[in-house]
Amino acid sequence: MNPDKTQRCYIEQALIKPIYLFLLFMMGLTGFGQMPIFKRYYIADIPGLAWTAKFYVTHYLHYLGAILLFFLVVYGVVFYLGLMRQSYTLNRAAYVRIILLAAIIVTGIFRVLKNLPEVVFSPAFTMFIDISHLAFMMLLMIFGIVFSITRSGWLVPRNS
Amino acid sequence: MSLLSRRSFLKTGFAAAGAACASQFPLPAAAQPKNNEELATLIDIRKCIGCEACVEACRDVNGFKYPEPQKPFPKMYPSRVKVADWSDEKKREVRDRLTPYNWLFIQWATVNIDGEEQEISFPRRCMHCQNPPCADLCPWGAARKLKNGITVIHSDICLGGRKCQIVCPWDIPQRQTGVGLYLDLLPSYAGNGVMYKCDRCYNLIAEGELPACIEECPEDVQTIGPRSEIVQEAHRLADQEGAYIYGENENGGTNTIYLSTVPFEALNQAIDKGPGQPHLDPVKDKMAHADNLAKAMLIAPIAGLAAAVSRVYKVTKNVSNQIEDKK
Repeated sequence: MNPDKTQRCYIEQALIKPIYLFLLFMMGLTGFGQMPIFKRYYIADIPGLAWTAKFYVTHYLHYLGAILLFFLVVYGVVFYLGLMRQSYTLNRAAYVRIILLAAIIVTGIFRVLKNLPEVVFSPAFTMFIDISHLAFMMLLMIFGIVFSITRSGWLVPRNS
Repeated sequence: MSLLSRRSFLKTGFAAAGAACASQFPLPAAAQPKNNEELATLIDIRKCIGCEACVEACRDVNGFKYPEPQKPFPKMYPSRVKVADWSDEKKREVRDRLTPYNWLFIQWATVNIDGEEQEISFPRRCMHCQNPPCADLCPWGAARKLKNGITVIHSDICLGGRKCQIVCPWDIPQRQTGVGLYLDLLPSYAGNGVMYKCDRCYNLIAEGELPACIEECPEDVQTIGPRSEIVQEAHRLADQEGAYIYGENENGGTNTIYLSTVPFEALNQAIDKGPGQPHLDPVKDKMAHADNLAKAMLIAPIAGLAAAVSRVYKVTKNVSNQIEDKK
């Protein structure tokens, strides 16, 4: 018998979403922090946010966030496939999010590879990675706002 | 040994140029990087007489790359954003520091050697790091490292945000307002010109020629060649003649190796330092954190997989046990 037929409640269902949203927020903040805008526009002057204008700090945090995101994504995928799939299916909003998230992750991986000492990509490819990484993140943000308005989550029960 | 100074280039370079053209970096074969190895320069401080021939050569050869800003500059918002303008006639002539119009300058140090005061001079410019933070952290890919070890800032793409200068351990790139792509975007609200620095005459190197500063130096202060051979030569000279090396390990390794009989600590204390006048401090690898965290990124999905599989297995087992108990 498959355990998810019982539509049990798991602690992950309560935890993964807030962790994922917090991670995305931090990744967005530290990602935008890669552009020299937080000092210019006084964000870094807000008490407690001086670090947002320190490029090495935001870069470190962005990498740290990527590590946590990798863990969370793989955990979430396996958890869904192993325990939730029989009871829930992914809706269209989830597929849009997954495609964008995958694009962000893939372009992010290339950006990390590019920063390794032994790796040199062509200037055009580097620019493509930089700009597409930002563009996919912007799209994910836009769709995230749209989906929050339309109240489109990720999962719908199979028997609904 | 395939290291090239101006004289040895004249002797050997042209004969080999044909063969070199087929490769990615059509330098003379004698200075060709082996296995796409990066090119580095050795700057032998002992030979420099401070004549500024390299400075003039750099300005002559690279003058066509210098900014010609549109004036008046766009009004900047918020008001804390200051323009950087080196474009008037007097400022363009500045030669005692790095500017958008002076990518190489002679740094002077007065040091005491064996009880005697001596003036020491040496050229300063971009170090062309092996893993350059300016190129790694540029958000647009305007600063980029070429496969031959040169770091270039593309003036048509740079928005002049000055991030490259802030993350550079030597604060090398210099900004000129009123020029570049930002003028076509949101000139008052984003960007502030273009950053300029030494590009080690990448265009001349691509044509099989030497960088202007090496070509015109009457004392052969600089030598260019594959990095491993440049480092080997620097160590040979340092061991033989009791000299010191700077740049080999700075910031994880650069493609500019200085050689001096005076310790760099003493030189560093004796030079003028400040905007456009870089220090000679030891520099730790600024991108080391990225290398270490990249390794952790490999482990993270495996850890996620292990944790999730373990969790799924436990839940499945518990459910199976419960079913068995009910039976």
